[in-house]
Amino acid sequence: MPVDIVQIVSISVSVSILVAVIELVRRNHLKERYSLIWLATAVVLIVFSVWRTLLHTIAGKLGIYYPPSFLFLLAICFLLVLLLHFSTIISSLSENNKRLAQEIGVLKIRLEAIENTAETRQGVTE
Amino acid sequence: MKILVIVPAYNEELSISGVIQDLRDNFPQGDIVIINDGSIDNTSAIAKGLGAKVIDLPYNLGIGGAVQTGFIYALDMGYDVALQFDGDGQHVAAEICKVLDRFGKEGADLVVGSRFLSETGFTSSVQRRLGAIILSLVVSAVVGKRITDTTSGFRVYSRRAMEFFANIYPEDYPEVESVVLAHKKGLVIAEAPAEMTGRKFGKSSITMTRAVYYMVKVMLAILVDLIKKID
Repeated sequence: MPVDIVQIVSISVSVSILVAVIELVRRNHLKERYSLIWLATAVVLIVFSVWRTLLHTIAGKLGIYYPPSFLFLLAICFLLVLLLHFSTIISSLSENNKRLAQEIGVLKIRLEAIENTAETRQGVTE
Repeated sequence: MKILVIVPAYNEELSISGVIQDLRDNFPQGDIVIINDGSIDNTSAIAKGLGAKVIDLPYNLGIGGAVQTGFIYALDMGYDVALQFDGDGQHVAAEICKVLDRFGKEGADLVVGSRFLSETGFTSSVQRRLGAIILSLVVSAVVGKRITDTTSGFRVYSRRAMEFFANIYPEDYPEVESVVLAHKKGLVIAEAPAEMTGRKFGKSSITMTRAVYYMVKVMLAILVDLIKKID
């Protein structure tokens, strides 16, 4: 199988994605638990760009006439899952954020009460 | 029995002092805590000036988050009963005894003060009345008990109810949804008549389209609550 320009470009792009994800994790810019999905994507992309007939084979088996559209389908499904995943993360973050605001409010008033009694006691002893 | 009156307030500088005075005069047996829900006016300063306890939330959480803060505080401080009383001046402290009375008699966990059960009744726009009737029918059917005033923010909670609501309290339509959730949890719900005054400051901006849109959203929220997993 001759190696052509398209293949070189697609392999280097996929490998760059993989390297970028690993680098982000290494520098603590991306949490491991959120990096798995990206690592998996990069690996899938690498597999498809190295083994080009795979895409044609799968597309053919699924009855997809134009193989690249199978790639689009995969990409759209992946993005949908990712967005849903983000929505759940946002929900839990906003719930945690609300809880923190409430606890801060309660702690502040309880702290003020303690400070006030401490001050009065000090006033009595002086 | 230690009773805490939770007063959620968001930009209520015009009415908050009247509310505090009313509570002190007509319900002296309860401790008051004002939940200042990130107001940008002088609500907090005025309440503190009157010597009231004020919990200042760092940003606006909405009425649900504010009331829930009250439950967390009440549980922390060991209160047996919590009372929710609006900071906008539409509730009347002299009516608290009626609601508390029902609370004690029925061994209820949640008693809703209803303006529609009171003798003087309540005058409001057609949209509001119609909306209230539809909501009442739906909520009553869901909980299997007649609830006339589903959007009332005049309520009494048992410690059991506080423990439940400190954990999950709805944010979108807290008054209506909390009744549905309480029922799902198996809490005992009751209603007592409570007279209310109309709003003193500001005016309602409800139109027919908005009213319909609101109803659709509330119905969806109730549906979601019905399928929600609670433990």
